[in-house]
Amino acid sequence: MVAVDSYTTIDRDVLVVGAGGAGMRAAIAAAEAGCTVAVVTKSLLGKAHTVMAEGGIAAGLGNVDADDSWEVHFADTMLGGQLLNNWRMVEIYAHEVIDRVYELERWGGLFDRTPDGRIMQRAFGAHSWKRLAHVGDRTGLELIRTLQDRMVHTSGVDVYMEYTLTALLKDGDRVCGAIGYNRNDGGFVVFRAGAVVLGSGGWGRMYRQTSNSWESTGDGAAMAYTAGAELLDMEFVQFHPTGMIWPPGARGILVTEAVRGEGGLLFNSEGKRFMLEYDPVKKELSSRDVVARSIYKEVQAGRGSPHGGAFLDVRHLGAERVKQKLPSMYEQFHALASIDITQQPMEVGPTIHYTMGGVRVDAETGATTVAGLYAGGEAAGGLHGANRLGGNSLGDILVFGRRAGDAAADYARSRRREPKTIDERQVAEEQTALLRPLSPSGDGAGPGENPYKLHEELQAAMQDDAGIGRSEESLTRALGAIQELSVRAEHMRVGGGRMLNPGWHTCRDVTNMLIISEAIVRSAIERRESRGSQWRFDHLEQNVELGKVNFVCRRNRDAMLVVSVPLDPLPERLRPLLERSRFYDPEKLPKGYMTKQRARSAERVR
Amino acid sequence: MTTTERVAVPADEVPAATPAALETGLTGGTVVLHILKGAADAAPHEVTYEVPMVAGMVVLDAVHYVQHNLDTDLACRWNCKAAKCGSCSAEVNGRPVLLCKTRIDDLPTGPVTVHPLKTFPLIKDLVTDVSRNYEVNKEIPQFTPAPGDEGPWRIQQADIDRLYEYRRCIECFLCQDVCHVMRSHNYADRFYGPRFFVRVASLEMHPKDVLDRTEQTVEEGGLGYCNITKCCTEVCPEHIHITDNAIIPLKERNADRHWDPVRFVGRKLFGRATDGSVRPGGH
Repeated sequence: MVAVDSYTTIDRDVLVVGAGGAGMRAAIAAAEAGCTVAVVTKSLLGKAHTVMAEGGIAAGLGNVDADDSWEVHFADTMLGGQLLNNWRMVEIYAHEVIDRVYELERWGGLFDRTPDGRIMQRAFGAHSWKRLAHVGDRTGLELIRTLQDRMVHTSGVDVYMEYTLTALLKDGDRVCGAIGYNRNDGGFVVFRAGAVVLGSGGWGRMYRQTSNSWESTGDGAAMAYTAGAELLDMEFVQFHPTGMIWPPGARGILVTEAVRGEGGLLFNSEGKRFMLEYDPVKKELSSRDVVARSIYKEVQAGRGSPHGGAFLDVRHLGAERVKQKLPSMYEQFHALASIDITQQPMEVGPTIHYTMGGVRVDAETGATTVAGLYAGGEAAGGLHGANRLGGNSLGDILVFGRRAGDAAADYARSRRREPKTIDERQVAEEQTALLRPLSPSGDGAGPGENPYKLHEELQAAMQDDAGIGRSEESLTRALGAIQELSVRAEHMRVGGGRMLNPGWHTCRDVTNMLIISEAIVRSAIERRESRGSQWRFDHLEQNVELGKVNFVCRRNRDAMLVVSVPLDPLPERLRPLLERSRFYDPEKLPKGYMTKQRARSAERVR
Repeated sequence: MTTTERVAVPADEVPAATPAALETGLTGGTVVLHILKGAADAAPHEVTYEVPMVAGMVVLDAVHYVQHNLDTDLACRWNCKAAKCGSCSAEVNGRPVLLCKTRIDDLPTGPVTVHPLKTFPLIKDLVTDVSRNYEVNKEIPQFTPAPGDEGPWRIQQADIDRLYEYRRCIECFLCQDVCHVMRSHNYADRFYGPRFFVRVASLEMHPKDVLDRTEQTVEEGGLGYCNITKCCTEVCPEHIHITDNAIIPLKERNADRHWDPVRFVGRKLFGRATDGSVRPGGH
């Protein structure tokens, strides 16, 4: 079988999918290790979702609170993740993020300063100490610009802007490249590479109330899954408690946690500061899952704001402080909602923000279960467990982007002497599938389905039935909707040609989102408990046995299998660290965790 | 831009609305858009679309409505839809703006025209080829601290505050689009443009950077072509004082170097620094 359409071939040692923080840090690492690198991004360079991160990078520098350290950061992250995290990833992360922050500064990144000139750190939800290195409320932009500048000046890196990759190519069991198209002219392109790194981010676009850009359709994870990799912890989808809810066009746009970090307070329609009730210790700065559920409960109880959320108030901080510390928020509400936040409260509600799950990887190297394929950042799962703490994603992309880039470079170099072959049959199959929506409707299915309408229907199903609260019944309904939409997706049709045709591009986005949505729903069904971001109305408690496993989605021919895999227990040397968290409470440890005492008594019984 | 006065309504005094209006925000009215469609080689022309009006609607919302319901082939760049990424730059009623930040109720009543950025070569519909900007960025030497100066560094907040203004740039390229040196004279090949003078300023004024990019900015970047009309500052969605705080300080540095009479005498007496750098104490 030969290719059905012409294509351009590009050869590199390492192919990096995505140009957010993880992709760019991986590219820099691979190039510095002596590899040629192609970085492929769906957008222009510097527009990736990293740019939206506002709060900062969590790192135990101890510049503001001297008691902070990597150990306490480790403990907070594990407890925040309800101990479902891959502990080795957390250990590596808490250690190395400190170096990554200083490295960013050496590369020209700016951070706000303490009075004695060191990197300033701010408080954030569920972190024991003031820990987030930041610059105003634009830390993500600073990070992306710094990495972007470093990367374009690193020799060996070429950036392919506005290209979409749609499938990984395999040589036997090994990933050997990817196929996709140039968005601007619609021409096909094949990248041949010794190793592929996914720095392709998360997926929030299958929900209606989302802070994610159009890019977050889970392409990387869907490609990896299709190529045989495993998806881990997919049920854990983070709702950020504070997104804009009005006007309709602004729905879902993020209101940074820094608003609460700087002292912003949440009120219900009766003027009551309800977080005092839901979490008297951490209050507004409780973990994101707790605050999001609290707002949801207030709205359900009829105490919501006019558009179905809560009031977030910073007026007591004074206009000057608000404008200095939260300039983007001031501007955002002023421009989009005609609200002066120094004079009026903001109306906020939960919005999809982050996906803890992702491609299952090795903690040290980011290697997936498929040879030659690596992943880092939001595309990978394991670091955050059942819930991510704010500030831990900007650190994640730096630490594990670098590690994945290093490991991919090692692997690619070891394969340089082997012949690079491309299986024309795989290319042809992918081309045929991609071109289908552009062909005239000849399959007797009528005028065909509008991809945007399918997307809207998927968003409705996921928002209503697989959202912040779920039950067996609602999830089963969502699964039915996904299956029905998957059948209809076979008949998507769009007008226009291959040149810059967003309708055509959306067709593949929808296919990818359907795969990822199925993984979310199937995993959420299996986790019959409430833990972290997973809130099951029909199983409100944590389950001891489920605290000892992660769920993994695996492709078996055309069916999706969900299997439970046992957690690697926390080793003896790391157990005492948990007590270093200010939020450690032996009475309230996540169920399933073997405390030292319990572990000892279990030993005695044996 | 002509703006209509908007009266902010306190959240606790939002007028009672029907449950349906609270959910969809539909006002019952419509807005007419004239959007430029077509590729560079296919006679681009305005196409008219009518879109239902929604409370607080921005032009990007209207473009999305068109894509979803009327014309799935209409191309438009966008990403964050929160004025943080600078992707959705276009010209609305002839003015360079971010589509995601431009509210329809801020525009004069009547049809709204939406065209691509005029300065850059058209690819298709509202999307232009902005690749030249990325080439310029590559030409500007990156941040370079003194060899061996590894940190952690002590830097004062006042320095960060000054640099932060430049670093707020979201690379929407509206300043490049509006600048007459590029728009009317088409000097993209010899003029870096306002965005990259901001970039140079952010590097030059970083307390830990040791390179001097002034010469290059004048010789290759065409700093002298800027005659301070301040159009760039006017369109900047991040309110960066591009002319006052980036371009003029760079021009002053250059003027100091070449035209300062005290330095002229100094050069005659002590010779000129061959590497083009400013001598210690030379400020």
